[in-house]
Amino acid sequence: MDVCRAVAAALFGDATKVKFTPLTAKERFTALQSGEIDVLSRNTTWTLNRDTAQGFNFTAVTYYDGQGFLVNKKLGVKSGKELDGATVCIQAGTTTELNLSDYFRANKMKYTPITYDKSDESAKALESGRCDVLTSDQSQLYAQRVKLSKPDDFVVLPDVISKEPLAPLVRHGDDEWFDLVKWSQFALVNAEDLGINSKNLDEMKKSTNPDVKRFLGVEGDKGKDLGLSNEWAYNIVKQVGNYGEIFERNIGQDSPLKIARGLNALWSKGGLQYAPPIR
Amino acid sequence: MAAVPPIPLPAKTPFWNDPDVRAILFQIIALVAVVAFGMYLFHNTQVNLRQRGIASGFGFLSSLSGFGIIQSLIPYSETSTYGRVFWVGLLNTLLVSALGIIFATLIGFIIGIARLSKNWLVARLATVYIEIFRNIPLLLQLFFWYFAVLRAMPSPKQSLQLGHIAYLNIRGLYLPRPLFEPVFWLAPLALLAAIIGSVFLARWARRRQEATGQTFPTFFASLGLIVGLPLLIFFLAGSPLHWEYPELQGFNFRGGLIVIPELASIVAALSIYTAAFIAEIVRAGIQAVSHGQTEAAYSLGLRPGQTLRLVVIPQSLRVIIPPLTNQYLNLTKNSSLAAAIAYPDLVSVFSGTVLNQTGQAIEVIALTMAVYLTISLTISLLMNWYNRRMALVER
Repeated sequence: MDVCRAVAAALFGDATKVKFTPLTAKERFTALQSGEIDVLSRNTTWTLNRDTAQGFNFTAVTYYDGQGFLVNKKLGVKSGKELDGATVCIQAGTTTELNLSDYFRANKMKYTPITYDKSDESAKALESGRCDVLTSDQSQLYAQRVKLSKPDDFVVLPDVISKEPLAPLVRHGDDEWFDLVKWSQFALVNAEDLGINSKNLDEMKKSTNPDVKRFLGVEGDKGKDLGLSNEWAYNIVKQVGNYGEIFERNIGQDSPLKIARGLNALWSKGGLQYAPPIR
Repeated sequence: MAAVPPIPLPAKTPFWNDPDVRAILFQIIALVAVVAFGMYLFHNTQVNLRQRGIASGFGFLSSLSGFGIIQSLIPYSETSTYGRVFWVGLLNTLLVSALGIIFATLIGFIIGIARLSKNWLVARLATVYIEIFRNIPLLLQLFFWYFAVLRAMPSPKQSLQLGHIAYLNIRGLYLPRPLFEPVFWLAPLALLAAIIGSVFLARWARRRQEATGQTFPTFFASLGLIVGLPLLIFFLAGSPLHWEYPELQGFNFRGGLIVIPELASIVAALSIYTAAFIAEIVRAGIQAVSHGQTEAAYSLGLRPGQTLRLVVIPQSLRVIIPPLTNQYLNLTKNSSLAAAIAYPDLVSVFSGTVLNQTGQAIEVIALTMAVYLTISLTISLLMNWYNRRMALVER
């Protein structure tokens, strides 16, 4: 969501000028293909097929995720390899369905899939015991665990069975829009990299570091290249914050989910988040 | 003598005022407009698909699906194709529709007749049933059965059990699976022979009754034939049938036959809901036969059972069948709600999962719509044929 706000801040100078349309996993691609929405920023995995045959362009990875399992502690399962014969709840229309079958096939195990439209329904099914395991991206599992009536009865297994780079996506055919969404994201990461956040923003304007000056539009015409004002990146950070702030606010230490940065730390801190320079 | 002035001929109507020409002209214009609009839509879609680099065509049907489905009537695995997914979904839809139609008809007829009962309590109960189930949205009823009723079932380890034969838990109803030996085919063959035999028996009995007036207990004779002959053959062949019992292993029961709760919920919701409408249709049909018919039958000396079977029901069927067809069609189309409770019907697995994995919305939706249209038209045709057979033949 904050990615969309960032794009709006860059484009209109106002982060509230964005219209959100809630979609289920099943509806999301058709909505983007048909032009009902302009950018799909959700927990969508970047895959070859979606990037090519389905006519989308993924901008940049917002979150490096991986698929895991959420199980009831009572089952006494310690690893995904012990799940032979289990009944598994999944959300329809996701890469999760495919990874799950690959994983069980590779380990020569059997399973029974139950495919729900909405993640809430699959969480309810796990709670009632209709299925033994709920599988989804790990970030999602943490989010769903918090929503269960007795979160402490359930545990996320340590296994990560797939790579799930989550990224926003746009339709083929509008390269300028593609660039704009992509660079709004890069601005978020670059801001954190340069130590700029929503609080020290105005002080940083006085900085002598040329990178910071270029970023905030004090020097150079980088905004024009994108067809925006030179304050574009300033507006983003001012109104939405940098990548680290967004992370902590939504899923990190300042939220009930308390997910660690892990792979999503900056490249300079041992993570994978890295943005090309604004130059 | 003055010459008679010639009567002036009426001026020939210009062709644009000629009603015949006009009628044809406007029809041509309308046709051209509709065709042009259709072509524009088709062309526009194609251009847009190409512009956005979205794949099109039905080639995807032969590529690998890669996901699992909980229930399939034909062999299916993750290595099957999307085309196979289509058939699995279609058969699951047909299964729900067929079961729904059978149960809805049975419950509907019972409730409909109960509503006309002379017993006050029975009649009122039937009314309450109809008013409740007819007036609550189907989707809510579906959720009620699935989330409220079937979720109260115990976990696999605390299953309710019937001896060591059947188990009931939140994962479904586990039943023994029949395993057929090669000679088993003799039994269904005997059943077929018995059915054909009964048809001939019925014809012979009717001819005899028409000729001599003597009646023959066709029903019981046929029943004996249909039940007895296959059983006789079955035991003569040395009972070539074994049962595979479900057993608790690890998380779940293995082996045996399983009725998943999703199937049970959707069939329950569809048949109970539609039965309320069918009951009203049946009541209306029976009341449409005037009471004089019954009195006339009694005065001819027919017994009440015969009156119902030979006089009232054949006439009420003429009123019942056309609206009954509508209910069957509704039930079939409503079966697509199954997607809401994770039952793998056509809408759920094909126009849901496959659409998402391939992104080919137009092809998938077109195929799905074509299927529902075909099913509906087929039911319609069958029921119309039956209706024609039942209709009053005027001589």
